[in-house]
Amino acid sequence: MGIDRIKSMPREEFKNNDYIDRLVEELNATGANVMVGKFDELINWGVANSLWPLCFGTSCCAIEFMSLGAARYDMARFGFEVARNSPRQADYIMVQGTIVHRMAPVVRRLYEQLAEPKYVIACGGCAVSGGPFKNSYCVVPGVDQILPVDVFIPGCPPRPEAMFYGLMQLQRKIKVQKFFGGVNRKEKIEEFFAEHPEEKGQIG
Amino acid sequence: MSDLKEQILKIYPDAVFEEGECLQVNVAEKDWFAVAGSLKNELGFDVLSALVGMDWGESLGVMYYLTSTSRQWTVIAVKVMAESRDDAYIHSVSSLWKVANFQEREAYDMFGIKFIGHPDMRRFFLRNDWVGHPLRKDYDADPALNPIRMDDETNEDETRSFSLDADGKVVENPGKVFEENEYVVNIGPQHPSTHGVMRFRASLDGETVKKVDVVSGYIHRGIEKLTEKMTYPQILHFTDRMDYMSAHQNRHCLCMCIEKALGLEVPRRAQVIRTMMDELMRISSHLLSFGCTAMDLGATTAFFYGFREREMVLDIFEKTCGARMSMNYNVIGGVIADLHPDFQKDVKELIRIMPERLKEYHTVFSGNVIAKNRLVGVGHLSKEDAVNYAITGPSGRGSNWSCDCRKKHPYAVYNEVEFDEILLDGCDSYARYMVRMKEIEQSCRILEQLVDNIPEGDIRAQVPKIIKLPAGRWYQQVEASRGTFGVYIESTGDKNPYRVHFQSPCFNLVGVMDLTCSGYMIADLITIGAALDFVIPDIDR
Ligand code: SF4
Repeated sequence: MGIDRIKSMPREEFKNNDYIDRLVEELNATGANVMVGKFDELINWGVANSLWPLCFGTSCCAIEFMSLGAARYDMARFGFEVARNSPRQADYIMVQGTIVHRMAPVVRRLYEQLAEPKYVIACGGCAVSGGPFKNSYCVVPGVDQILPVDVFIPGCPPRPEAMFYGLMQLQRKIKVQKFFGGVNRKEKIEEFFAEHPEEKGQIG
Repeated sequence: MSDLKEQILKIYPDAVFEEGECLQVNVAEKDWFAVAGSLKNELGFDVLSALVGMDWGESLGVMYYLTSTSRQWTVIAVKVMAESRDDAYIHSVSSLWKVANFQEREAYDMFGIKFIGHPDMRRFFLRNDWVGHPLRKDYDADPALNPIRMDDETNEDETRSFSLDADGKVVENPGKVFEENEYVVNIGPQHPSTHGVMRFRASLDGETVKKVDVVSGYIHRGIEKLTEKMTYPQILHFTDRMDYMSAHQNRHCLCMCIEKALGLEVPRRAQVIRTMMDELMRISSHLLSFGCTAMDLGATTAFFYGFREREMVLDIFEKTCGARMSMNYNVIGGVIADLHPDFQKDVKELIRIMPERLKEYHTVFSGNVIAKNRLVGVGHLSKEDAVNYAITGPSGRGSNWSCDCRKKHPYAVYNEVEFDEILLDGCDSYARYMVRMKEIEQSCRILEQLVDNIPEGDIRAQVPKIIKLPAGRWYQQVEASRGTFGVYIESTGDKNPYRVHFQSPCFNLVGVMDLTCSGYMIADLITIGAALDFVIPDIDR
């Protein structure tokens, strides 16, 4: 079956917890009980590993997101499990499903109610581009028309693994933020790339 | 049939009959309300199965599909055309069949047909500041007219009804949704327990619900309009995405409707596979419903139990169809791919473990005192109301109405397998919930009979490269997970349909929210909704 041909991502390429690894190495090497690191990194590590989503599913993709919450996929492993029903308690909004004209101002309002730092994931073909309903008279062709999107996850619906991949991309993105240098806005990330051109292409 | 013709001529001598797959009667608009009353009360057509708004070019109109439970579920079609295209009006039948209430609002929204005597003619799906009626053939789709409006919609508290004055002119009479000093609470559209993006406005007296106003359309994707520009194989995938928990059944229905029009014989192997897939889908849907009902009551653990078994079904789908959801498996003439070698083994394993797992569910949830307090005796829906509101599926059968399409109009191989139609007479949320749990057993029973009897042969009939349906209209029903799902196709002989309408069971389910919630506590609104188990994209389409 095709499943055998899907390759997983090698650990080296997925620079996920590299600075944690570094710190651990340092600890092990010196045997000291003092760690030296950037406060930014500590905060980012905390934020990235306890991302609370806002329950926001309008259609089919939301059911796959529910599977993520159930035992087999168990998103609690990554710290995503505390799905909040109030935007004020959530860190990011994962748009799962078609957004139609009537819904558009509601999504926007929910986004505005999220507390900073906040992120948006467009999950599924509909949220990415309008999907199968792109040509309809009342479908928004992609939530990026009304919200700044951080991560796109294509699929109709995306498999739970794909959703995890997207969520982990968000984690990586968060880990390059500068919490004290003005919060996590896109310009800041561009600045970061200007300072660290070697990271470009590594981080989505 | 000729017998029925005579009876119809007796109540309506001017009736014009048209040839088609079922008896079609053309009724003049001015006589329609009286004829409708006689059809219901004298000839026993007690169920309004479908109401399809139409734009026939020269005028607008409506196709009604009526079913008579006392005449072995005979279906007739009634065609009513408005007298003129501008300012089109038709008399409302919402006082005869309550189910027409929302359906006429939909037709008003999509076509601008005014229903005379309807108490509450507001738009149903689109924003109340929308310009035009999209399903009309002369609709102006210019995005400048209807841009993505980011301003908040105003609540429409004013409503209107239409009546005819002495010279036959339509006059508008203002009305109110809620009275001046009513206390109205808004629930949704983004609420975790409305099972999607449904919005209710409930007026309360203390904690007791007095009236529920349903505001729909937060996921109205305009599927019916999209289909008009597509070829038949292209429109199939929409069915998987409406009621995604009945993906196989819905698609089965659309395929059957097209096959019926083409006169296509589906190979037996495909028929058996389709039946098995439908039942697997039903199991997966009822398991999800179990999990969500439990979760709405705070029993989060039960949700994990339901999903554990649901994953098994999804694995079966994934191996054969290549996807966990939105399987796109049925095609015109059969199914797209043959069964995976593991299929029989996996299905047998599912059947083996299910009885013991169901017992487990009953121990953790069904017998639980909290669950019983919240479900038993809540959300009363009498059998008469179930018929009048056309509430089919587990919710109708929880009110002791025998309405299973698999028994009434057998299709695929349902007339060859043995299974019971589960009927309970609790008429409450608990009965609806229990019907689902027992239907899982019956679905397993059907699977058990078929799993070792899948015949060899083709999985697909030969179909022409370009599929053109002959001119005509067809209506096909199947039993989806939530009730009777219908597909209406009207063709002019082209490779695109002239009009496709999906008659979804959930549309009718949400129509009884006002009736079932009134008089109960506001907290019960959530459990009543959970036990009715509607899927919102199926309502909005
Ligand atoms: S992307 Fe596909 S699965 Fe997801 S909401 Fe849209 S139609 Fe449904």
